[in-house]
Amino acid sequence: MEILNEMEESVSPDPGFVTKTEPVAIKRRIARHLGHLDALESEAIHIMREVAAECANPALLFSGGKDSIVMLRLAEKAFRPGRFPFPLLHVDTGHNFPEVIEFRDRRVKQLGERLIVRSMEDSIRQGRVVLRSENQSRNPFQSVTLLDAIAEFCFDACIGGARRDEEKARAKERIFSFRDEFGQWDPKNQRPELWDIYNTRVHPGENIRVFPISNWTELDVWEYIAREELEVPHIYFAHTRDVIRRGTGLLPLSHLVQPVEGEKVENLMVRFRTVGDMSCTCPVESSAVNVGEIITETAITRITERGATRMDDQTSDASMERRKKEGYF
Amino acid sequence: MSAIDNISFDHTELLRFITAGSVDDGKSTLIGRLLHDSKSIFEDQLSAITHTSHRRGMESVDLSLLTDGLQAEREQGITIDVAYRYFATPKRKFIIADTPGHEQYTRNMVTGASTANLAIILIDARKGLLTQSRRHAYLASLVGIPHLVVAVNKMDLVNYSRDVFERICKDFSTFAKGLKLNNIAYIPMSALNGDMVVERGDKLDWYEGMTLMDLLESVPIDHDINLEDFRFPVQWVCRPQTEELHDFRGYMGRIESGFISIGDAVKVLPSGLTSRIKEIVTYDGVVDDAVAPQSVTLTIEDHLDISRGDMLVKPVGVPVVTNEFDAMLCWLSEQSLDPRRKYLVKHTTRTVKALISRIDYRVDVNTLNHEAADTLKMNDIGRVSLKVHQPLACDPYQRNHATGSFIVIDEVNNNTVAAGMICPAKD
Repeated sequence: MEILNEMEESVSPDPGFVTKTEPVAIKRRIARHLGHLDALESEAIHIMREVAAECANPALLFSGGKDSIVMLRLAEKAFRPGRFPFPLLHVDTGHNFPEVIEFRDRRVKQLGERLIVRSMEDSIRQGRVVLRSENQSRNPFQSVTLLDAIAEFCFDACIGGARRDEEKARAKERIFSFRDEFGQWDPKNQRPELWDIYNTRVHPGENIRVFPISNWTELDVWEYIAREELEVPHIYFAHTRDVIRRGTGLLPLSHLVQPVEGEKVENLMVRFRTVGDMSCTCPVESSAVNVGEIITETAITRITERGATRMDDQTSDASMERRKKEGYF
Repeated sequence: MSAIDNISFDHTELLRFITAGSVDDGKSTLIGRLLHDSKSIFEDQLSAITHTSHRRGMESVDLSLLTDGLQAEREQGITIDVAYRYFATPKRKFIIADTPGHEQYTRNMVTGASTANLAIILIDARKGLLTQSRRHAYLASLVGIPHLVVAVNKMDLVNYSRDVFERICKDFSTFAKGLKLNNIAYIPMSALNGDMVVERGDKLDWYEGMTLMDLLESVPIDHDINLEDFRFPVQWVCRPQTEELHDFRGYMGRIESGFISIGDAVKVLPSGLTSRIKEIVTYDGVVDDAVAPQSVTLTIEDHLDISRGDMLVKPVGVPVVTNEFDAMLCWLSEQSLDPRRKYLVKHTTRTVKALISRIDYRVDVNTLNHEAADTLKMNDIGRVSLKVHQPLACDPYQRNHATGSFIVIDEVNNNTVAAGMICPAKD
């Protein structure tokens, strides 16, 4: 059978190759220093630099949550001693935890970078978003404000901190995820993504969402926060809080969430695993008061991050997939 | 003792692997079994699939539901090419590129395989070596996956017969010799019952090798990367132009292969100008040396005109700088190759206009015969000659995946239409 082709011909190493350090020593050094976090970090830096170099007008989404905090450190690693070659963009649901907003502003000031805030309140006032009720979760409508901001500033790429381990629709999304002029994701028409050669090309009006930490897990994020000694908002750590038990989860008591008949308010030791829309982000019972203890809990936890903390993802098997098709991150 | 004491995070290696096989071979069950027995399935996921299994009238939990598709896939009866899954053991962190095994298989497998350290080729013990297994082995050799595991599954349906297993191993091994595939491990297993996946089970006592999980945790992967040839494609030039960094000019990029130290001589391609490394800058401070796959910033002693798309290499063992080269091309797009058209080629950080000037042959992936062809259709693999508008610094793919690979982009609709692997230059 004729099976040999030129690809399989062996190539001998260049005999004239001289180095002052033996490759063996280098290999040992790699084994000593480069663990999985280093590999993930280097991949993310490479991705961010590709966006900066190839996209005309990118933005980095920053919410003040743990994933976007990691993203800021990665951007520092990618571009210092230079400035970030993109502004930060926060899509503000108006349903934020006040601690997170305070943290966001402080962090941006430390970095000396530009932050653009576009608020869902404005979208609601302009009639671009119509809610059924004032206290309804605003997560699904972030897409409207995000797409408006993309149009206003002509962003051709938005870099976000989504991870593939979060949800099964994300598991099938590319690192460079192409969106059409309506901001929609078409899961069955994605560009093949091979090696780490990214196709960043778009036509005017289209854009791409870029996810440099696609391959990170929740545990990787916390390990990285520990390694880099990154500050995170206090609500990630265990604290006592008034909560209401609803369905399988706990909801934080606030002006948006009040007990209905049959529910009672409990004061429990909890922490948040994600910090999204206050009306649907559930804390978990926990005694972890520092990053090390969170890593321990995360390593042994038996419930997925979204399963534990997002009421809106539980509404249907395909809720994330549907929202993504509508332009959600 | 807390969990953190028995999980060592700091130096955990990352292993990426791909599973090749169809649903009929028990691929989803195998992945489900790996996740389940390594305790990587979360309670809410398990309760969801338990619920679904019962609703569908099954008595035990169907682990293959873990890799069930999206709504869009179920509705339209299609499968999306690659889903990525993650799990970790105390020894390693794993990324599975899970590719469905129906049509479009070549395209899917090449995509998933391009970043893999290891491929698991599933063979149904009852059926033995099929055309499909041969195709998987060929693609693994084409994409240069360093390690191969032949998982002879469904051993429970052949009474755990040693003879059956050994016959399949022999067939595969004979075939693989022709492909120059090395590093092949053979494991008999029953993914359904969990034998030899994570646990050994008690039915395969005659098999003395490792379980699949033992193998995934221990296969040496630090040799997978080329450490001999320093290759640094420049991604971004950093010029802060602040008061204290007025003259700073740093070349940012990732070391794709090899290593570099301060003082090393470097050559800039394609210009051929030379200089020396002055500093290796990282956010965490300056360092004396750096190795692949680190992302770093390099400064050099001389003022040279260097920009994105250029490549820094060491002066010995340089890549070939050329406008013409041959490559194996895997066509990915529904629109077939049109030799009259101009395409874009993205190779490392450089994108250039390209003409596919000749199609040498198409490979029949089932027989591996070479056939004459005047186009390449989706899922076709062929050897072609390319002419590019600006020179590229090329290494043979087999020697260096990073500088030997490229993608082809359709200039009109911006789609990625092909994946290319550069062949060694002819003498």
